[in-house]
Amino acid sequence: MGGYEFLIISVLKRALVAGTPLLLGTLGEIYAERSGVLNLGVEGLMAIGAVSGFGVALVTGNPWLGLLAAAVFGAILSLVHAFVSVTLKSNQIISGLALTMLGLGISGLWGKAYIGIPLTTKFESVKIPILSKIPYVGEILFHQDPIFYISVIAGIVMWFILFKTEVGINIRSVGENPLAADAMGVNVYKTRYVCVIIGGVLAGVAGAHLSLAYIPSWIEGMTGGRGWIVIALTIFALWNPLRAMLGAYLFGGIYVLQYLLQPIGIPPNILLMFPYLATLFVLLVSAQETFRKRMGAPRSLGVPYDKEEK
Amino acid sequence: MKIKVERRGEISPKKRFVYLILSLIIGFLIGGLIFLFKGINPFYALQKIFVGSFGSIYGWKETITKAIPLMLCGIGLTLAFKGKFWNIGADGQLLFGALLATWIGLSLGKTYPAFVVLPLMFVGGFISGAFWGIIPAIMKVKLGINEVITTLMLNYIAEQFIQYLVYGPWKGKTQYGFPYTDNFSASATLPVIKGTRIHYPTLIIGIILAILIYIFIMKTKTGYEIRVIGENPEAAKYAGINFLKTTIIMMAISGGIAGLAGVGEVAGIHHHLTTPTQISSGYGYTAIIVAWLARLNPLVVILSSIFFGGILVGGDTIQTSMGLPFATINIFNGLILISVISINFFLEYKISIKR
Repeated sequence: MGGYEFLIISVLKRALVAGTPLLLGTLGEIYAERSGVLNLGVEGLMAIGAVSGFGVALVTGNPWLGLLAAAVFGAILSLVHAFVSVTLKSNQIISGLALTMLGLGISGLWGKAYIGIPLTTKFESVKIPILSKIPYVGEILFHQDPIFYISVIAGIVMWFILFKTEVGINIRSVGENPLAADAMGVNVYKTRYVCVIIGGVLAGVAGAHLSLAYIPSWIEGMTGGRGWIVIALTIFALWNPLRAMLGAYLFGGIYVLQYLLQPIGIPPNILLMFPYLATLFVLLVSAQETFRKRMGAPRSLGVPYDKEEK
Repeated sequence: MKIKVERRGEISPKKRFVYLILSLIIGFLIGGLIFLFKGINPFYALQKIFVGSFGSIYGWKETITKAIPLMLCGIGLTLAFKGKFWNIGADGQLLFGALLATWIGLSLGKTYPAFVVLPLMFVGGFISGAFWGIIPAIMKVKLGINEVITTLMLNYIAEQFIQYLVYGPWKGKTQYGFPYTDNFSASATLPVIKGTRIHYPTLIIGIILAILIYIFIMKTKTGYEIRVIGENPEAAKYAGINFLKTTIIMMAISGGIAGLAGVGEVAGIHHHLTTPTQISSGYGYTAIIVAWLARLNPLVVILSSIFFGGILVGGDTIQTSMGLPFATINIFNGLILISVISINFFLEYKISIKR
């Protein structure tokens, strides 16, 4: 294998790894928003997932238990948002921001003891038998950490459920027209609760991927705005799980680009701006597209449903 | 048995106040529980927070110092939030204000007297803060791009840009390799109340602006238009309100005032530009709660900014005396915000159980 080939394979491989937490977070946010609930707490949920995953994996020596803990804590914290925005019909934007503050605060307090401790039991790359032997593609797609595989399967399954099953129709109708969905016998509150919690679980797992596979250690503020990029990717994906994969891996590529361009003398802080600049760029592009195709957000996104006020 | 939820009519200010206090108490109680889980005595921690900020003359001095940027950012945010423009970018707007003010201070400070340099620094800070605020305004009105994300991204970009400057081209020649610009000369530094770090000109500007913005929102045509856009965008469309113009004016003022806070920090506290985390300990984010707690009333922001100034000082105290990370204070910020918006439900709805 030549030097260039090796470089390209390693870049693509790392782009997929860097895109994995973004994909997981975006998939969860797509479900929450499809049901009509905007959750701006992803950054905080990811932080909680990262710290709880790291802590539990460190103590038990088992990264899978860490992953489980991240999912559970993501679910618990997102339940707060579901309660405040669905049951109490409060302002979803403020509630989401509050959730982010809470998540960053708790993770900072919880993770203080973990700073500087390396994780010996991180998620290792797994070679899928036979498939990983395929030239080039095998190394890129089938020699990755387990959470990568989980995220890809989750993306496909979640797309299928959302667009090909009755459950998916119900979720989308709750986000588009909750009144009509209610009349058809869909439980609006329950659907929204479940979707927000799915979002919380996936955001937690996304955080755990950072602290258990991608970085693997705990650093305060390690989510570095990924939770906000997820919100932008949800729009870029036009609320479609398959398009979310495209967006997440493109952004993964941008994170890898930072390392690639460092040796040619671009100041590191300018490189660190790339994901944020790219987010603005992606929003500009998707704005054109949503206008052209007349595809927008779920119509009842961000609007609390009030059963009494018909 | 059935739970019945009904909307209430008018709510008296007294009742609102009681509920506000109640929500603060609930916020602190839950925060205390989280401390307990972590094996920290919550009463000890809370005592440290409040004694550190409001329990001594020194505490008060620091509390007011921290209240200044919170007040300015908070006032700017009340205006944007009135127009339902979710400006989460006060932190970046503050940093951009600090940026241009630094450039003015360093280039003019050595040759011109203070009465020329300082006003120019404030004007410059307002303009650059406004510039950073107008970008998301145009993106929202022209292209329908969600302002929460754009303002946040602009925060991160501003942070990295300042970081680049103070580690790179702007690094001071006399700072022994620290990431600071050179120090401002005397005519580019703000006076302080003796024995404190309270740069009173910025504080006075804050109080005057609170009054002016209150009048602007309640008494002027543009202020009225901002409120209509916020409360009923459909009606605003029919009334022929120019969304682009109004939103740009609104965000220029909102970002500009946050920029003034940045001027205060560099000219009043640090006397040079330094890393973003030094210049703003998340003032722009805390200001969201400051504005919300004040029910978007700029005059009440004066009070709520002092309260949260105290919380930030308390955060410093538990950091130094108990070794807790500064982020801990975010727990209280988040919980207070959640309990304030939650308790609103019980204020506006009456819940009764029928058998």
